[in-house]
Order: sequence, then C-alpha cells, then structure tokens
Amino acid sequence: MKLIRYQVPNSTPWPALDRWSNLRDELNSFFNTPFSSGFGRTAQLFTGWSPALDLYESGDHFVAVVELPGMRKDVIDISLHDGTLTISGERKRESNNNGETAQRTERYVGTFRRSIALPTRVDPSKVVASYEDGILKVTLPKAEEAKPKQIQVS
Amino acid sequence: MNTLTRETRESDRSQAEQFITPPASVTEISDGYMLEIEMPGVKKDGLEMSVENNELTIIGRLSLPAVEGTLMHRESRPENFRRAFEIDPSIDASKISAKIDQGLVTLTLPKAEHVKPRKITVS
Repeated sequence: MKLIRYQVPNSTPWPALDRWSNLRDELNSFFNTPFSSGFGRTAQLFTGWSPALDLYESGDHFVAVVELPGMRKDVIDISLHDGTLTISGERKRESNNNGETAQRTERYVGTFRRSIALPTRVDPSKVVASYEDGILKVTLPKAEEAKPKQIQVS
Repeated sequence: MNTLTRETRESDRSQAEQFITPPASVTEISDGYMLEIEMPGVKKDGLEMSVENNELTIIGRLSLPAVEGTLMHRESRPENFRRAFEIDPSIDASKISAKIDQGLVTLTLPKAEHVKPRKITVS
C-alpha cells in the first residue's frame, strides 16, 4: 500500500494552501465591498438577473415574496416540482424605436429564474399568487401530513 | 447632455436615514429624456419627487404587504429608495411628469421649447 503519492518535484508541496489563500483573498474582498452598493450588482454579474426572494413560514403555510419591478402579470411563471418552487419569467425591452438612445442601462432585461427548496411538502392545488406594486407574493399551504398536529393525551 | 446622469452618491452616505440606490435607466427620446427607476413595494403615495438647484431627487417609501409567519430567508432590504440626478439645463423642470406601475417609476423629462429644433420658414 502506497501512502505517499508521487509529486512533481518543482510544484509546491501543498498546492492546496495556495488555493486557500486565494479563497481567503476572495472572501476578504467580498466582505470589504459595501453591502449597499456592490452586492446586488456583483451577484448579477454571474447569474444575470436574480430577484430578491424572501421566505416566510407559519404553522400551516409558506409565503415567498419576490421583488419583480415592472413586469407584466402574464409573463411570470410559477411552478412547483418535487417540493421546489421555481419562479421564472422574462422582461423584454419595452421599446426599441428609432430616435431613442440609451444613455444608461442599469435595469436588467432578459430572463430570470429563481428556485427555492421548501422544507416540507406543500399542497400544489392550493397555491395562490398575487402581484402588486412589483412584488410577487406566493402563498403555499402545507400539505396535510406536514402540518403541525396537537396530540391529546388520553 | 452628459450632465443628466451625474449622481450625487456622496450625499446619500452622509444622511442619517439609510437608502437603497435603485437601478435606473435613462433613455433619450425625441423631445426629452425618459427615466426608469425600479422601486418594488412602493405605491403612488409613497413616492416623493423634488427638483432643487437643477437636482432631481426621487424618494420611494416602501409600503410592503404584511406577511404572517416567521422570516426564514431574507434577500430583500427593508429600506427606502433614493436616487438623485442632476438634470440638464435644456429640460423644462416644470413639465416633468411621473407615473408608477408595478414598482417601476417612469419619469418623462421634456426639453424646454426654446431648445427644441425648429424649422424657420423663409418669408
């Protein structure tokens, strides 16, 4: 049985350490950037548009609240598959007429997709969603077997 | 026309109240500019706009729906929005109009009559 693996003589004995130091630098620069200015935009660089999602839980349901400013109701797609809630959609450029010149474009145009795994089973037939003031609210009632139950001592 | 988008980020920091700087797009249209600012969770009456010293300030105050239950996961920030732009002198500040639809504020900034291109007929 060989315990020591062959190493290329010129390489650093612990290449993993280099990787750790890189990771540490990455983390430091991440925490050094002000949360208010850079966070959302940095995330968008890698994933496109990733709308903010909040999840609430109460005794018999979950509520997902997603920020989707300036969308049309009919282009928001909500699906539930294997306990994973997926919200997707597309924002199209509203007008692309001649004579219009974009001077600054910070608003994201294109498709987005957000998925969140729900901790317990929900009843897919009772899911309701509303969209108001650019906020999508999805209410997902828990499945009967996942609801908390009071057990009487007999 | 580049002065339109000069922002006053520094003044945001010094204020006691914390604001989020929302994403905005500026488009030049035939007779002015169109400004679009994303303010999800802001209703019409939560919107404050002012023009002072050629600076247009838009503040959006959140009126989020109450959700029952405990928060398990949070990505949104419960702070109001503020964005300021220095407006171009060619804009007629008295004719700025705004609307808000599904958390998207759209402002129309028309150019003043005297700067619009005009044809002069030879008499």
